[in-house]
Amino acid sequence: MSARAIFTRPARLAAIVPYLWMVLFFLVPFGFVMKISLSQTAIAQPPYTPAFDLTAGLAAIGDALAALSLDNFRLLISDDLYLLSYLRSLFVAVVSTGILLLIGYPIAYGMARLPRRWQGIAMMLVIVPFWTSFLIRIYAWINILQHDGLLNRVLLALHLVSQPVVWLSTESAMYLGIIYSYLPFMILPLYATLAKMDRALEEAAADLGASPFKVFWLVTFPLSLPGVAAGVLLCFIPIVGEFVIPDLLAGSNALMIGQTLWLEFFTNKDWPVASAAAVFLLVLLLIPLLVYDRLQRRQFEEVK
Amino acid sequence: MMAEELARTHDETEPGAPAAELGKPESSLPDAVGMPLLRIEGVVKAFGGVRAVDGVSLDIRAGEFLALLGPSGCGKTTLLRMLAGFETPDEGRMLLNGRDIAQVLPHERPVNMMFQNYALFPHLSVRDNIAFGLKRAGLSRAEIKDRVAEMVALVKLKGLEKRRPDQLSGGQRQRVALARSLARCPQLLLLDEPLAALDKKLRESTQAELMEVQRRLGMTFIIVTHDQDEAMTVADRIGVMNAGRLAQLATPRQLYEAPRSRWIAEFVGDINVFEGKIEARETSRLTVATRDAGTLAVVEPRDAIGKANVAVAIRPEKLKLSRQGPAVDVASAHAVNRLEGVISDVSYLGGTTSYKVKLDSGAVVRASMSNTTRLDVDAYGLGQRVVVWFTPDDCVMLDQ
Repeated sequence: MSARAIFTRPARLAAIVPYLWMVLFFLVPFGFVMKISLSQTAIAQPPYTPAFDLTAGLAAIGDALAALSLDNFRLLISDDLYLLSYLRSLFVAVVSTGILLLIGYPIAYGMARLPRRWQGIAMMLVIVPFWTSFLIRIYAWINILQHDGLLNRVLLALHLVSQPVVWLSTESAMYLGIIYSYLPFMILPLYATLAKMDRALEEAAADLGASPFKVFWLVTFPLSLPGVAAGVLLCFIPIVGEFVIPDLLAGSNALMIGQTLWLEFFTNKDWPVASAAAVFLLVLLLIPLLVYDRLQRRQFEEVK
Repeated sequence: MMAEELARTHDETEPGAPAAELGKPESSLPDAVGMPLLRIEGVVKAFGGVRAVDGVSLDIRAGEFLALLGPSGCGKTTLLRMLAGFETPDEGRMLLNGRDIAQVLPHERPVNMMFQNYALFPHLSVRDNIAFGLKRAGLSRAEIKDRVAEMVALVKLKGLEKRRPDQLSGGQRQRVALARSLARCPQLLLLDEPLAALDKKLRESTQAELMEVQRRLGMTFIIVTHDQDEAMTVADRIGVMNAGRLAQLATPRQLYEAPRSRWIAEFVGDINVFEGKIEARETSRLTVATRDAGTLAVVEPRDAIGKANVAVAIRPEKLKLSRQGPAVDVASAHAVNRLEGVISDVSYLGGTTSYKVKLDSGAVVRASMSNTTRLDVDAYGLGQRVVVWFTPDDCVMLDQ
């Protein structure tokens, strides 16, 4: 065995681990979901048919495979309940991510400009909400926003309103909850990009006659785009599939796809349709990832 | 060609006989008339109570190539950054063509800087990097195109205009940085250790190119460097900084041959120092009794030394070695200082050989000799007894 082989073997093993992880905990479960999405609903345990019985022999498995159909996907397209849910999810995700970027960028920029010893503290402050469970934080918002909640009491005490305002179960409450919850995910990648940026580049731009705004627009911002892309993806994708926040804070008149999914799965016990909706959602969310990947690859090729 | 250029520049900047130059008052230039291009007056900058720049004053005339030399942390970079506008002086004025620019924002100064690691915009092509400052100046598209082409030709980057900085070699990046900082025709170009990232050979050829560009464009350059060979090669005058202060501002020759203090003498080049006491003063000649080298005859310095305790300093290449001492002409006024000792170390360095000689007093002196012949059968070996001698003119008298 050559020395090279000895040295590369552990490295190769290490490279296999993430693939193994993906296969075991993503690809295999996804296979189950995919299979259920092609089945029919049934009053049974599990609540769909056909169910594979590996002990029943090859012929039975063949029959089961033949019984699979795309009916559930046809339903997704034909019933505008699903389409509207998808559209609403995308809309909410786009608006929230936009607001997150507008709020998160200045915060990340400010953090990156702090003296070194303050940056660690600022970073802690961004992360500290994670010490408390996500659900508890959302319930805390319910407390703050409800009829006799903190917000209304403060507004009344300051005589800014004459009677309690309805905050809870509104669109605003949902956006507030989403932005509050996802802000760290926007700030952290932006901060990482901005903090490692060479300040001499900004000095060079100023030296060459660029006003502070031009320095930002022509140098700082373009160079922070990888951080912007990371932050946007990190927020956009989970917001599209968000269930808890709209369920607890938003009104019930329009559903996001996560809520529709939950409804189909738990209330209607229609696992196949829920699975089909989940598969379609996954495909939908692959699009921004592929675009990001393509952009990165192009950048890499330009460098080469 | 490079060597010729080097020789010529030094001829131009050091007119007259060396002795005449050394006799001149420092920091007045041959043709300094009227207002200097830049006048720095009593500039102070402190960071957290530490004075990084502590009362520096100096004048630079248009067309001059000035080097700021000093150990790291001496304040040279802070001074440069104040000239660029990245730091604001706490005290003092910086007059550029008579206008105080101390409080002017960086983007409003007619000054450009070439950064230590070039600070090229990684997302822009070579062309757009060079055009960046021109666009901010509001030039027309055609003017920008012409000017960029001119700069690309000047720094010999034709054909690379569309490349990104990370597709260039270190030397090419350095040229883009130079072109970008020159494009706006600044009244003053600041260079912050511009060659530190290049290897030795490339650094030497780039030094020559910098000098050529500076001379051709007639621009005023201030370069910050910690490399004294570089400072001596490129600069007309060198300002040596130490602990925030300007220790001496002089031509390379003045700095080397007539250092103002012991610190400068020891910082610039190698030097042997003998501490002693003045014993007698004759006309233009002092006799100094030293601890390690007996009694030495030294030429009287131009600036009278008040104290009796002095240091006699002499550069290694001015020490002559021989097997026997030179024939001393007692009648001649040119008495010679003679020391005796044993060769304790020999380092062959190519162009020169460096010797350490352990004197009979126990002190070690360094002497260097040019290897003027290829086959030197007479070279000194370890343990050999030699006479070290030098003339009073070759000594520099300094405060202890």
